[in-house]
Amino acid sequence: MTDAPDGTLFATARDPANRADPYPLYARLRAHPVARQDDGTWVASGHAAIRALLHDPRVSSEDLPPAEHPPTGNPVKDWIVNPLKDWITDRHRPFIFRDPPDHGTLRRQVMGQFTIARVRGMKRRTESLVAECLDRCAGRRTFDLVDDLAYPLPVTVICDLLGVPREDEPRFHAWATQLATALEPESRHDEELRARNTETFDAIAAYMRDLIREKRRAPADDLLSGLATAKDGQAGRMSDPDLVATAILLLIAGHETTVNLITNGMLTLLRHPAEFARLRADPERAPRVIEELLRYEPPVHFRTRLTRAPIPVAGTVIPEGAPLVLLFAAGNRDPARFPHPDRFDPDREDNQHFGFGGALHYCVGAPLARIEAEAALTALAARLSAPRLAEDPPPYRPGASLRGPKRLLLHIDGIG
Amino acid sequence: MRDGTIVIAGASLAGLRGAEALRANGFTGRLVVVGDEPHPPYDRPPLSKHVLTGEIPPGATTLPGVGALRAEWRLGTPALGLDRDGRALHLADGGRVAFDRLLIATGARARPWPMPGEARLAGVHTLRSRDDATALAAGLAARPGRVLILGAGFIGCEAASSIRALGLPVTVVDPAPAPLAGALGSVIGGFVAGRMEAAGVDVRLGARVTHLEGDRAVRRARLEGGGTIEADLVVVALGAVRNTGWLAGAGLDADEGGLSCDGACRALDAAGRPVPGIFAAGDVARFPHPLYGNRPVALEHWGNAVAQAAHAARAMLDGPDSVEPYGELPAFWSSQFGLNIKSLGLTEGADAVAIVQGSPRTGRFLAVYGRAGRTVAAVSVNAGRWLPAYEGPIRDGALFPPITGGADQPRPEPMPPGLPAHEAA
Repeated sequence: MTDAPDGTLFATARDPANRADPYPLYARLRAHPVARQDDGTWVASGHAAIRALLHDPRVSSEDLPPAEHPPTGNPVKDWIVNPLKDWITDRHRPFIFRDPPDHGTLRRQVMGQFTIARVRGMKRRTESLVAECLDRCAGRRTFDLVDDLAYPLPVTVICDLLGVPREDEPRFHAWATQLATALEPESRHDEELRARNTETFDAIAAYMRDLIREKRRAPADDLLSGLATAKDGQAGRMSDPDLVATAILLLIAGHETTVNLITNGMLTLLRHPAEFARLRADPERAPRVIEELLRYEPPVHFRTRLTRAPIPVAGTVIPEGAPLVLLFAAGNRDPARFPHPDRFDPDREDNQHFGFGGALHYCVGAPLARIEAEAALTALAARLSAPRLAEDPPPYRPGASLRGPKRLLLHIDGIG
Repeated sequence: MRDGTIVIAGASLAGLRGAEALRANGFTGRLVVVGDEPHPPYDRPPLSKHVLTGEIPPGATTLPGVGALRAEWRLGTPALGLDRDGRALHLADGGRVAFDRLLIATGARARPWPMPGEARLAGVHTLRSRDDATALAAGLAARPGRVLILGAGFIGCEAASSIRALGLPVTVVDPAPAPLAGALGSVIGGFVAGRMEAAGVDVRLGARVTHLEGDRAVRRARLEGGGTIEADLVVVALGAVRNTGWLAGAGLDADEGGLSCDGACRALDAAGRPVPGIFAAGDVARFPHPLYGNRPVALEHWGNAVAQAAHAARAMLDGPDSVEPYGELPAFWSSQFGLNIKSLGLTEGADAVAIVQGSPRTGRFLAVYGRAGRTVAAVSVNAGRWLPAYEGPIRDGALFPPITGGADQPRPEPMPPGLPAHEAA
């Protein structure tokens, strides 16, 4: 260690002004693979440290502040209804915010619904959805990848998978966008934002309760029906509040991440035209390209945790009760782990990235995300004639963790 | 040195990975791979699992990458001797292959049933090679009335699991107090015994078979102290013997327990001096492990074959001083009876074990082993995603038990692990 860590680096890296290219700041953070920031947060940015902390049982995912409805002035609501709702919310967090053993019990039930037959079915469905999106743009010379493909595709796929009626999608769009802000550290201190998230959560939870009742009455071949009608098997059966929380989690995760993978993917490929041409000539390269994209431009840059006990790591000790950031996108560019980390190289071997996180909380939807990205990027490579970036860098959405372009305008000569 | 002739003795996983590493690191010379079996390198872990259950044919275990190596393959021609000073191998077909450098990766073979006449009875099998697995699978296809497995180590237990899955009656006999006791101790082994019994295996612990009987084919096994077990198929799973017999007379420090080598994978002579140009890797190599006080160890682990072969290749090309002493953290896995067992480190000599995450009651747990107050190994059962947290503590020899105060952690209660007595090195 040379200098003391700069305790403002992570805040600077999250500044919207650095959204297009936070990587030089991540490189500076990595000089101290685990470092305390001025606000008391600890940031892990080295690959080895992130890996160790991801697996460490002292690192807790139960880092959400207690649920709390703002006062309404209505005593029945303020003293009875809303405290009861908060009590239920706190005890039935979605499994991304749970530790063992509850985490495993809930997660296994969801994994049990990702059957080979269902995933294969989603692959066929995804390919035809991509074709439909591109067909709709026929004749256009300008194309917004986000609005025209990268956003609608995952939304439709996750709604199909869960069994959410298509006509309700627009409501989910608004709800999902709102609730995804809860994943950004800033939201924890923003009272107004938290109040709006609470309101949104109530609305989406009420909708889900109705939908689950409907699935029980008339089960279909979808994930929500499967979970709602599961027998008391080895994996157990979810309580209704857990089922509601799980459904909301999957819906948001399905909305807000794959869009980034596809959009960042196309942006990266157009910045590396030789790789784009190789993908067009050889669609079999897609899995390699996608793994490298998950390393090079991951859809989720970091996740937060809380320490349950002091943890010695990377030559320092994180104290008990400390908020912790696992900066996956920095670990993915760690030169101690990846030779030439800032080079986009789909031929890279030994690509153990954190693009889907890792350990117990490794992304449940990873197979689905890979299918969607592969379908989208191979179709774009095959069908777009002479795509060019209309603006580089593109404008970004506000999130520093769920990071991706707000729009990605492409000029094209046509769609084949 | 990136030219000349390199001979690899052993068309094994270690041999193949060594050859690949030599080419990847720029070796442009002549590469000769000598193998005693007629098969190109294949993967062994499936042989006791999916091959026995018939889910994959034995031939499907061939390892990829053989074609791209620009190597001469001398398969089905065992090496019979090493002319150390003349720098050549003598082969079973009478041939002689000269080398500038040699990588010995001849691995190990199944320890046979000690009575040769009994071992030759029809229906008596070992399980190590692809041909072993092919023959055993054919024997199982004839639906024997009972299968007897001698030895409850990893191979014996995996075979028992696969054969029970075929619906055949299985008896396992082992003198130890628990299955896997040699590697995991009787505490964790006892948990596995419960799963074996729940799967319908007749588990006979603390028992020893003295003789196999039958006319032409095996019919029964005679137990020490009286009693017999009727069985028309026997799997002898008594561990492995290193393939070093062919090195007799070459003046190397080699025996049934392995060929001694140093941290740069150089073979040692009888006086313990490294022999220039001769290297060893994989199951056959006995090396001083820096994480365990440089105690000589020979590991029968898939991951060790891969890592050590790559290490040897670098030392062969760039010189022994160019590499750190080989010290890969030992790791292996096993699947049996619905259990995924993973291990890091060496349990040998451990004096305590503690369950530090999960619980045997739920079927998911993680156990840590300590020796003289330091952490030496960790074993996960159906909880592989918890295991990497213990890499650091094992490498650092952290105070035992390491990592407390986490989620789902019971208060650790260290107890004796029930490992066999360890001969102090």
